[in-house]
Amino acid sequence: MSTRTIQGQKNLQDIRQASKDGIGGSPLRPDGNLKVKGEFAYSSDMWHEDMLWGMALRSPHPRANILGVDISEALKLPGVYAVLTHEDIPGSKFYGLEIQDQPALAIDKVRYHGEAIALVAADHPETARRAVKKIKVEYEVLTPIVTEEQCLAPEIHGYVHEPHEFKSHGHGNICHEQRLVSGLGVTDEVRAMADVIVSGTYEVGMQDQAFLGPESGLAVPAEDGGIDLYVATQWLHVDRQQMAPVLALPEEKVRLTLAGVGGAFGGREDLSMQIHASLLAQRTGKPVKIVYARDESFFGHVHRHPARMFYEHGATRDGKLVFADCRIVLDGGAYASASPAVVGNAASLGHGPYVIPNVKMHAIALYSNNPSCGAMRGFGAVQAAFGYETQMDRLAAELGMDPVELRQLNAMAEGDRLPTGQQIDSPAPVAELLQRVKDMPLPPPLDLDNLDVRTLPGALSNTSHGEGIVRGIGYSVGIKNVGFSEGFDDYSTARVRLEVIGGEPVAMVHTAMAEVGQGGVTVHAQIARTELGVEQVTIHPANTEVGSAGSTSASRQTYMTGGAVKLAAEAVKQALIEKGRRRYGWTQLDIDLVDGKVVSRSAGALISMVDLLGDEAIDLTREHHHRPTVPFDKETGQGFGHVQYTFCANRAVVDVDVELGLIKVVELTAAQDVGKALNPLSVVGQIQGGCTQALGLAVMEEIIVKDGKVRNASFTDYLIPTILDTPPIPVDILELPDPNAPYGLRGVGEAPTVSATPSIVAAIRQATGIALNRIPVRPEHLTGTL
Amino acid sequence: MRVTFTANGKPVEADDVWEGESLLYVLRERVGLPGSKNACEQGECGSCTVYLDGTPVCSCLVAAGQVQGREVRTVEGLADEDGELGLVQQAFIDAGAVQCGFCTPGLLVQTDALLEQDAQPSDTDIREALSGNLCRCTGYEKIMDAVRLASARKCAKAASE
Ligand code: FES
Ligand code: FES
Repeated sequence: MSTRTIQGQKNLQDIRQASKDGIGGSPLRPDGNLKVKGEFAYSSDMWHEDMLWGMALRSPHPRANILGVDISEALKLPGVYAVLTHEDIPGSKFYGLEIQDQPALAIDKVRYHGEAIALVAADHPETARRAVKKIKVEYEVLTPIVTEEQCLAPEIHGYVHEPHEFKSHGHGNICHEQRLVSGLGVTDEVRAMADVIVSGTYEVGMQDQAFLGPESGLAVPAEDGGIDLYVATQWLHVDRQQMAPVLALPEEKVRLTLAGVGGAFGGREDLSMQIHASLLAQRTGKPVKIVYARDESFFGHVHRHPARMFYEHGATRDGKLVFADCRIVLDGGAYASASPAVVGNAASLGHGPYVIPNVKMHAIALYSNNPSCGAMRGFGAVQAAFGYETQMDRLAAELGMDPVELRQLNAMAEGDRLPTGQQIDSPAPVAELLQRVKDMPLPPPLDLDNLDVRTLPGALSNTSHGEGIVRGIGYSVGIKNVGFSEGFDDYSTARVRLEVIGGEPVAMVHTAMAEVGQGGVTVHAQIARTELGVEQVTIHPANTEVGSAGSTSASRQTYMTGGAVKLAAEAVKQALIEKGRRRYGWTQLDIDLVDGKVVSRSAGALISMVDLLGDEAIDLTREHHHRPTVPFDKETGQGFGHVQYTFCANRAVVDVDVELGLIKVVELTAAQDVGKALNPLSVVGQIQGGCTQALGLAVMEEIIVKDGKVRNASFTDYLIPTILDTPPIPVDILELPDPNAPYGLRGVGEAPTVSATPSIVAAIRQATGIALNRIPVRPEHLTGTL
Repeated sequence: MRVTFTANGKPVEADDVWEGESLLYVLRERVGLPGSKNACEQGECGSCTVYLDGTPVCSCLVAAGQVQGREVRTVEGLADEDGELGLVQQAFIDAGAVQCGFCTPGLLVQTDALLEQDAQPSDTDIREALSGNLCRCTGYEKIMDAVRLASARKCAKAASE
């Protein structure tokens, strides 16, 4: 077992010196140079001579019938080239990731605040903005269906999608549901087996991905009648699959190239401007660029599902869990997006990384007139973790036990079964990860005599000089699946080409993987170097000319596309060695490629790769599929539903100004099993970034929706953590290989976002003694002024 | 209107500028300097930070007409003539402080300005100076590392000169 501790404070000079460029090293990003020079072309930087600017008119109402749309005044404005409504759509009017329930432009009604109704193309963004304002829409405003109670009583409050237009596999206003029962379930007899029972209702607000690079791209009409789209997305091929029917084009005439992506976190899984820009380009015959303003970005992508959860846990006097009962209600908003899969995750992971003999679960996603919710980092596991980890702390308090010990006592390990019946067949060091964060040194206690007030809650506002400040410590651990689940054939494709360029063997890696900042491009080069024994690797731009890479989500890209690059590189290696065998009659079985040479481990160097390759290029494409999974049984939730599991534990230390309700996270420690750190520098960066988004959810991030209307669609009002809100984040990495994964690796990016939130809330609770059943925790929750 | 100013030491001019356009828009869409980024266009995120007459500002909040005759230095101007990276740029790459990189141009200019003022800032000074620059990817730890690394290199360089 190899472990590695990388402290947040470490001076990175030595990391660079120690780095090698293959796997396990930390070579620098291939795109880093361009990015620091300002030369890296993000999707909002796309530019074409003669291009037009596209913009959408969005609904000010969450629920209304559209009685009429008058575009005549907008069309008269000089500089306006086109104004489109749903009537101008040449093909299918609906699209969607899992359920095709979303109109590309609203038809006869709007279902959420910000839904796109019409499009404009103009020669200047200001012209487009003015034209949008000149479109007249006549609405019949309806009372929005926004609460759980309203959604579940459609006969009184109505349907978000009328039954006749209903395109979901659910019923009423329920988009999807999943039940789960294991052991004896939860009955009165089971309850009677527990010495203590704790229960609670928990709420999670609507979080936003808030990536910095706005939704944007450039659609260029092609001579063959097709569209070339340069766009920031998470999955080129699934965008194309959804776009082509709407544009009435065969898929091969819709060509997508990844433009630079400024973060994603799930928010780019659904389409945003792709269809709109393409429709405008088709109509005008000119390149059309769309760049969302920040408020439009808040309206134009799906968010993390807000949740209401009821949990009941029973345990014996000595702390062994006996049963857990749970109901999770996720508000999916107006359109399905990824809601069905989010429900599957919430149900199957909703009891946490614990062994519980008797379990019951019911998870549902609702259709409502609130903003649509879908994928966001942690995907259904985040909400549940706040519920079950709060329950663990309450149970520990009830039993008079140490909260970490209680968790360790019930922690799952390799060989245990999840509530879905699936046996964990790779390491699951849950108890050890908790021990590791517990054993890390604590930050020095608050020293009121030698204080820099900028380090206190309230920081630069100079609200306190230390009076009224209390410190708390909290712990948590979480579980997340890796990759797509429930029977989805989740594959990725890679093409690797080896040839001699400038007297050196050079490998080229071509995939459709969306590099969204996670560092996949660095890792692909590392894999090619490792497998092919070359130094020089170039990364081909990601586009739809090669097979699908699947989505950059679910912590799956290094596993899946990394795995495909490995397979393709191995195939290229075998082809090259085969060529040598044919030409030179080598009989050794131990031939490998090392440092640009073909080498027999027993007989030494045979020939240089350059000489063996000559002018020939070896160019091979391979697909990587993970082992098959099955859908969960609808009623019992049983089944081998997930490919891989990943675990992260956290310890949070917070200072709370109990008079003002202000919070400062002093330190947030993480310990995570990553199977194998292909690039330790990036792995640590992912974990720290994930912890920070979790911190945001714990204490500040929420889209405020009132009566279906979004009240804070800006960075002025939707707060994400700044460098002042974010503490040092020491990371402890465990590397216990998963025998089923390439190189033994485990997906990294999401687990910390699942686990870190509850640790922060636990620390605030410990400092204040307040129950805190809702996140984000706001000052008024702490001061009792709500 | 026509606006003329100096960008990274070179005179530039932009024609037909609409009076509501920001310096950020003119840089990105009119004079071919898209390095400064457009993340909020409301002065909240710092991604568009440039030097205006030597002071870092959010270029999204500066009206184009205001820069008439003045000097602008953008992220594109941090590397030297031959494209050799500036010290702060190199430190951000080396420390792993660049993930998606959308926040990077603004952070580079702000860090450059901080280290010009104080070559050896404390951690709290760094956090204070960079508090107007949002980053959604990194969790800021590696950005702290990058600034500390740039500071160390800058001091070492000054000592050896
Ligand atoms: S784009 Fe200027 S501060 Fe955000
Ligand atoms: S690296 Fe993506 S926003 Fe900072």
